[in-house]
Amino acid sequence: MKEKEDTRKELQVSAIENGTVIDHIPADVVFQAVKILNLSEGTDLVLFGTNLDSRKMGKKGIIKVSNKFFRPDEINKIALVAPSATLIIIRNFKIIEKKKVEVPDNVEEIVKCFNPNCITNHENIKTRFKVIDKKELKLQCHYCEKITASENVEFI
Amino acid sequence: MKNKSLVSISDFTREEHIHILDLAEDFEKHPTQKILQDYVVATLFFEPSTRTRLSFESAASRLGAKVIGFAEPGATSVQKGETLRDTIKMVSNYSDIIVMRHPKEGSARFASEVAGVPIINAGDGANQHPTQTLLDMYSIRKTQGTLDNLNIAFVGDLKYGRTVHSLVQAMSNYNTTFHLVSPQILKLPSTTKVYIKEKKLTYYQYTELIDVISKVDILYMTRIQKERFSDPMEYERVKNSYVLRNSMLESAKPNMRILHPLPRVNEITIDVDDNPQAYYFDQALNGVYVRQALLASILGVR
Repeated sequence: MKEKEDTRKELQVSAIENGTVIDHIPADVVFQAVKILNLSEGTDLVLFGTNLDSRKMGKKGIIKVSNKFFRPDEINKIALVAPSATLIIIRNFKIIEKKKVEVPDNVEEIVKCFNPNCITNHENIKTRFKVIDKKELKLQCHYCEKITASENVEFI
Repeated sequence: MKNKSLVSISDFTREEHIHILDLAEDFEKHPTQKILQDYVVATLFFEPSTRTRLSFESAASRLGAKVIGFAEPGATSVQKGETLRDTIKMVSNYSDIIVMRHPKEGSARFASEVAGVPIINAGDGANQHPTQTLLDMYSIRKTQGTLDNLNIAFVGDLKYGRTVHSLVQAMSNYNTTFHLVSPQILKLPSTTKVYIKEKKLTYYQYTELIDVISKVDILYMTRIQKERFSDPMEYERVKNSYVLRNSMLESAKPNMRILHPLPRVNEITIDVDDNPQAYYFDQALNGVYVRQALLASILGVR
């Protein structure tokens, strides 16, 4: 059965020869994931689909990036919006490796500090957080030391 | 400790805290020592704080340093829209160390990353005020002879009081038993209780001040601000439960001392001032010695 689902998926979003597939992204955050990974810049082929049928998730999104093999700190950023995502490394159209994304230890630049009185919301400063709770997703600001919880995460 | 900024109380280790307290003890014995004659100390107060600024300037002057800076940003380039980054970079060129107070949280950490000289945080919004914490520790050690195994009560606004948060964090290193007295809505937040729990220390919570007086070595009073209450009736109901009067002190242990970060409004009545157990004005004086110790050790002359 699993084999069959995979085959159907390949039809909806074309296969890539070499690169990275990010699968099982919640359908509503695909565009956010594209933004976080900065895929609008660069010259390599990027394919993505959203609201694809998934037995596991109902609806899901998928992103395929040709010739790109992300560093862990690059790719793990998307765990903030898509903790369920799967990473698939492709070489010569074959799956070489499959793994889950992991919430990183530190988050830089992409999240806004929830504290309105934090200096990062008043001067042009790159935000920096330490992830103090990976399960519940709690980020502690490097500057004001206040906590931004998952329900308050806003992307810059 | 040379050239090390002090932004949060946790930037310094337990050993470094003790080193500062020992050094402060020496400055208490010999307050005037011209050991910083070749240094310039900048005091940048982006919001006014007369007590803290004068305490730092007094400390610097007693050590012979020159002091430059401003007491409020009104007549400075800050008013013209200069960024904090630029102000700090500029002042770095003019001074050997910067003492700063700023209304925004995180400003001191940021300054420490762009400055070419060490920063001492003299308060960044509601976040940290580490020199207050060190002078509190100095006062505790001086009056009790030790920092270890004490019973300390914190009274009043435990939710928003940054002095309380930092002191709880620091005293968690010394096997303290905490007695937390506050209205329900101003209880110590879990982000601070974490430090107590990490060290598996005991804490008790109360809503009545009178319940703790006989139990503790230190009674740390804070002000409850009316504006913290969304319901003014609630404020009226609780405000008198957190006022310390001399008549309440009969059951106190002889070694007990009353601390308060000041300014006080009405949470300690005037008749307490003459009680030998009142220590809050001496506590403020201790701030000068602790700040002398910080300036001297960060500038590397001690």
